[in-house]
Amino acid sequence: MSVFTSMLERDLRLAMRRWSEFATPLIFFVIISSLFPFALSPEVAALRAAGTGVLWIAALLSSLLALDGLFRTDMDDGSMEQLILSPASLGLLVFAKICAHWLVSGLPLILIAPVLALSFYLPPESLPTLMFALLLATPTLSALAAIGAALTVGLRSGGTLIGLLVLPLTAPVLIFGTRATDMAVHGESALGPLYLLGALAAFSLSLAPLASAAAIRVSVE
Amino acid sequence: MGLKRTFHLLGSPPTVYRLAGLLGPWVGIGAVILIAAGTYGGLVLAPPDYLQGDGFRIIYVHVPSAYIGLMAYVLMAVAAAVGFIWHMKIAHAVAVSAAPVGASFTFLALVTGAVWGKPMWGTYWQWADARLVSELVLLFLYLGVMLLRASFDDRDKGDRVSAVLAVVGVVNVPIIHYSVEWWSTLHQGPTIAQLDTPSITMDMLVPLLTMIAGFTLCFAWLILKRVQAEILDRESRARWVEQLVTGASA
Repeated sequence: MSVFTSMLERDLRLAMRRWSEFATPLIFFVIISSLFPFALSPEVAALRAAGTGVLWIAALLSSLLALDGLFRTDMDDGSMEQLILSPASLGLLVFAKICAHWLVSGLPLILIAPVLALSFYLPPESLPTLMFALLLATPTLSALAAIGAALTVGLRSGGTLIGLLVLPLTAPVLIFGTRATDMAVHGESALGPLYLLGALAAFSLSLAPLASAAAIRVSVE
Repeated sequence: MGLKRTFHLLGSPPTVYRLAGLLGPWVGIGAVILIAAGTYGGLVLAPPDYLQGDGFRIIYVHVPSAYIGLMAYVLMAVAAAVGFIWHMKIAHAVAVSAAPVGASFTFLALVTGAVWGKPMWGTYWQWADARLVSELVLLFLYLGVMLLRASFDDRDKGDRVSAVLAVVGVVNVPIIHYSVEWWSTLHQGPTIAQLDTPSITMDMLVPLLTMIAGFTLCFAWLILKRVQAEILDRESRARWVEQLVTGASA
């Protein structure tokens, strides 16, 4: 377990030193959400109807597209080879990196989401459910993103390709996430889709590290 | 002993090449006969549907293509996994061959679904139809695997990395399918006709099953041909390929 914590600590420290890692996904999230009213209309009814979907799409894109560097820096400076050679399981190390990535890019997103939700006129009562749904959904997104990053780490640029590979897989998260938020907006209990989001998180967090590790091993060879 | 030997024989490119060459024509003839019979049965013998008239006849292309599209993805993922785990070149060749064929059948299923949708729903595309939306996601998954493989200059790496993606995809296909289904039932409006009428009469069903069998053979035929080409390409430096090519031209 100490391998896990030291890996997590290392990645977090590296992220702290490059504050842009924190800021980029977050600002991306805010900008995408603010562009939607221009594309839709400034009317309250229109924004309220579209708000849930907008927030989820923005969260999805910002947590997926800002992760090209998840394994790339380690790959370029050679530390990935050290990680593979180390006696600890590569899957566990990848899991630590996913957790670090989530803490850096997923968590701030959850904290800023209520502000954006209010700007889309979502009722304040729905905000706890929205945050809780994001809390369950963003780990899944980070896990899927890790698979995408691992698959493309051997390529010179993976940016757009990652989106292409991973976005179709995020459909269930989007479905359950928007559904949970919508139910809360209409004052219903959103437990059903929240359970499903939790199940997806457990499933993807347990399998994604293994798939990512397999892909990294091939790319490093 | 027997099983292990078969496995080793299937790992040998010349053996598989010859085997595919032997099987190919028979499978092809079978496909032509079954598809011809199914087409005749579906277009001529089957009675028009009481609700949809002759419009329903597109199921004789739509359903088999949708089925092949899904089956080909599973086949591709299994072949890719076998290739990844046992470093078996032939399995990767099968996976490479299955991807574009499966993607084409999936595309065909989407197009025929849209053509069918126009008279039935009044629109070419209906987001509320879970099966069509799942097929669309399946097409995206195919495109991802094919693009990822094509981005690698090193063929061996491309094979193995895209194998991981294929396996990830095949794990996700049922999750995506059922979540899309759940989503569509929530949004299904009352205007949409329920097309999946449970009872289908024998004279409609038999041509459909014939078509499905015919499409399966057709798919197998295409795969055999493509695997042969893929083997020649991959083994182009091997002695036996040289002999085969020069012997054929001499």
